[in-house]
Amino acid sequence: MELLRQTVWLLRKDLLLELRRRESVVAMFFFGTLLLFVFHFAFEIPPDRAAAMAPGLLWLAFIFTGTLGLTQLFQAERENHCLEALLLGPMDRAALYLAKVSFNLFLMLLVEVIIFPLFWILFNLAFWELLPSLFLVALLGTMGFCVLGTLFSAVTLKARARELLLPLILFPLMIPVILATVRGMEILLRTGQFEEAVPWLRLLVGFDVIFLTAGFLIFEWVIEA
Amino acid sequence: MAQAAQNKTRGRKLLGASALLSVLAGLYFGLIEAPPDAYQGNAQRIMYLHIPSILTAYLSFFIVFIGSCLFLWKREKRDDILASSAAEIGVLFTALTILEGSIWGKPTWGVWWTWDARLTLTAILLLIFIGYLMLRSLIEDETRAAVCSAVLGIIGFLDIPLIHMSVYWWRTLHQPPSILRPDKMPWENIHPSMLIALAVNFAAFILLYFYLLSLRFHVGEMEEEAKTRKLYRGSL
Repeated sequence: MELLRQTVWLLRKDLLLELRRRESVVAMFFFGTLLLFVFHFAFEIPPDRAAAMAPGLLWLAFIFTGTLGLTQLFQAERENHCLEALLLGPMDRAALYLAKVSFNLFLMLLVEVIIFPLFWILFNLAFWELLPSLFLVALLGTMGFCVLGTLFSAVTLKARARELLLPLILFPLMIPVILATVRGMEILLRTGQFEEAVPWLRLLVGFDVIFLTAGFLIFEWVIEA
Repeated sequence: MAQAAQNKTRGRKLLGASALLSVLAGLYFGLIEAPPDAYQGNAQRIMYLHIPSILTAYLSFFIVFIGSCLFLWKREKRDDILASSAAEIGVLFTALTILEGSIWGKPTWGVWWTWDARLTLTAILLLIFIGYLMLRSLIEDETRAAVCSAVLGIIGFLDIPLIHMSVYWWRTLHQPPSILRPDKMPWENIHPSMLIALAVNFAAFILLYFYLLSLRFHVGEMEEEAKTRKLYRGSL
């Protein structure tokens, strides 16, 4: 309970900062939209192929915008020794992890909620009724991305060239998430049957649970080192 | 102290000599003793290097995992040196496996590379552990570098079963394991002379691996000692 209370306070701090500066979310949103345009110019997607290519392109956009968010995630703490001050506070380090995961998840979901329909409009896709179930797949995948991404954002915090290093480390580890979300969404779009995509969803849930637990336990060592 | 160091050096030399001898024996059994494959001809002989090198690479990443866990638990520099040494050699053996695999793939499958599950898994492993080495080199503070790379060593290892599952569901073309199969004993699936060649090569790779690991570990220890001496002299 105490952990939850601390998490909520830390999350509140991050949300308040973001609300006042509006740096990350605006940058992420415009970058995501920009990517949709770039994809269109790069592939000249014909209307009949749009549904088949949608999962891959959407996920590329989400992962790139997510990485953008992750490199900014500990920016406030990097400046003026704020991290040291934060660590002086009598609180559980795991609360800091949970707060950062939820914050990044919130940012990414906010961007995804807008990018999803935008993609549908820009590429003239039908099946609007599939959007909620597609969004569920995206939610589980985004969760996996944030869970590991937050941990490695902390790992690369004091590294040289950290903006470069983070995706280099994170993307190979993300392969199960990328494969599962893209395949899951593709199956949904092709068959319209939610049951068909369930094995991939299970894999995603497994990934989320394993690495949320691992991150929860390991984060303390990373942030204090 | 001097005596112990001398014994260690002698042990390492002995290990190196036996590695060299067994590699030579492996070459003899693989190239001369074992018959060519009924379907693939001489190209199949790459198997005698291919299987031992990937198994050695797996062993290596397991050692990275163990070393990383031990380091986070006990914070002894030794475990960090062990993990990082194993990671370097693991990257070497994984890269070798992919190289041998594509040389074998060209005559038998007709392509250098295909997006098969096991090939993909191996390539991802290589990428993860190259990331591990990059991470180490890009963090200035040594303790922090050790902690962070230990975290990556553990997470990377935990991720392997998940990557494995996902790429298998995605696609499979690689031949299923033909020697270690659940329904038959190993010696029923392969000509005895081929099995001997494989076993000799496997032993050779393990010996070679531990020789390289002990050398790299020794270098790591010496680096550490050099640093502490320099620090000590700097403080005078």
